[in-house]
Amino acid sequence: MQQLLNGIFIGSIYALFAIGFTLVFGILDRLNLAHPAVFAASAFVGIELVERGGLSLWAALPIVFVFGAVLGLLIERLAFRPLKGRADAHFAGLISSIALAGMVIALLQWRYGPDTRRFPAGSFPDTRYEVAGAQVTLVQVVILGVSLALMVGLTYMVTRSRLGRGMRAVAENPTAARVLGVNVDRITAVTFAISSALGAVAGVLFAINVNTAQLGMGSAIELKGLAVIIVGGMGSLPGALIGGLVLGLAEVFAVQYIGSSWRDVIAFGLLFVILLLRPQGLLGARKVREV
Amino acid sequence: MSDPILTVTDLRVSYGRVEAVRGVSFSAEPGSLVTLVGANGAGKSSVINAVSGMLRPAGGRITFEGCDITRTPAHKLVAQGLVQVPEGRQILATLTIEDNLRMGAWHTGGTAQQSMDAMYERFPVLAQRRALPAGALSGGEQQMLAIARALVAKPTVMLMDEPSMGLAPKIVDEVFRVIGEIRASGTTVVLVEQNARRALRAADHGYVLQNGAVVHSGPAVGLLADERIVQAYLGVETGRAGEDGRAGP
Repeated sequence: MQQLLNGIFIGSIYALFAIGFTLVFGILDRLNLAHPAVFAASAFVGIELVERGGLSLWAALPIVFVFGAVLGLLIERLAFRPLKGRADAHFAGLISSIALAGMVIALLQWRYGPDTRRFPAGSFPDTRYEVAGAQVTLVQVVILGVSLALMVGLTYMVTRSRLGRGMRAVAENPTAARVLGVNVDRITAVTFAISSALGAVAGVLFAINVNTAQLGMGSAIELKGLAVIIVGGMGSLPGALIGGLVLGLAEVFAVQYIGSSWRDVIAFGLLFVILLLRPQGLLGARKVREV
Repeated sequence: MSDPILTVTDLRVSYGRVEAVRGVSFSAEPGSLVTLVGANGAGKSSVINAVSGMLRPAGGRITFEGCDITRTPAHKLVAQGLVQVPEGRQILATLTIEDNLRMGAWHTGGTAQQSMDAMYERFPVLAQRRALPAGALSGGEQQMLAIARALVAKPTVMLMDEPSMGLAPKIVDEVFRVIGEIRASGTTVVLVEQNARRALRAADHGYVLQNGAVVHSGPAVGLLADERIVQAYLGVETGRAGEDGRAGP
């Protein structure tokens, strides 16, 4: 039971990270490899807000959300927009976003040094709950609650709101969206902002969960995030949610029953098997794109 | 004669080093139906895409309701009342019919329920299937959806690019009936068509394009009556789908 809950907590963070990743891919057909850098940067910024700003963990979350959104706008403006007219814009954006990610990580190292950073002692409330014989902390409950709320909010926004309709129109056919009067550049920028805001919150939640922020935390989750969105079905928001939970649970149970050195073997092996059985991903209905 | 609502002067469009439109001029008076006809590759679609802001012209000047719109992007023109029904319909196949219509009113920010209801009344086939993905419609129905979607935007000038392309003759009749209604309601229509005879029969004024330039223009009736023009540019009437094979109205 304890392991199941732990798997769900870490899985919800993976899911939140992956949903931001898959949002940009699904709507704009671009893979933003600066997303993991946003994840890492936000963890450091979150710790600094608590440590120097004296804010509580919860007050830091909305600030990190906004920080992530601004980073997303910068990523779009610097790494993607200048290349959008090129025939190889997919590949060019991939490379330029890797470059930008490298710069962000270098800035973090310059500002915070290479060492692992933690939240100051006493940042975490000690409230604990007993759930069916398992220990759950208030912090874990909040992690799950924030992740779920953001994912539900995003899904509602995409399926119901005017902005979401514009996003779906751009995803389906950018030319048609332009003809209909949609400012495609603006939708693109907003999509990046939302995506990065989710990645940022995932980053600070991850740091809270393990009370650690490291320069390499972005690259550690990068492959997991990619695996999750491929297994979930590229561009599928619910797919990323399920994929994230599956990965989180697989990791936790692998550590518990087989041994921590087998964690990645088991987790990625499981994702591999899922892809063998369902190449389009769990919820993938890969649409035929207009050429 | 009133002042034109849309004026295009010496328009040039290039794709790289290839000049597709070399100095086209035309104008449309309020409430009229103007057609640009010509063979495939004559530059008709390039002209219309430049007017709607989808393409950036290499030169020339476009004015709409007295304002220079030569470099105005498409998303601003829709809000001003210059709306395009694009070539190939460009419906949003995975979105519902309802959402497609709603996208027509994107610039208003609201839902435009009233004008959507008006469209459902006018095109009952759309009303029956409003919750279905638009990709489930037949080609003719998709064309009606594209037209209805443009009408939801309440255009003062409607740019129509090959609305009869790929449709069965009976559906083409239907499309032209709707175009006639739109014009009768006071909306100015600029129609680009390969189906030249059919377009000229519906139009007030016609422009014949060849190799990116206007080679003939005048009242549509006059163009149709000129044997040399018919012979040289409008081709022989054929029974191909989308072509009007009948002997006149």
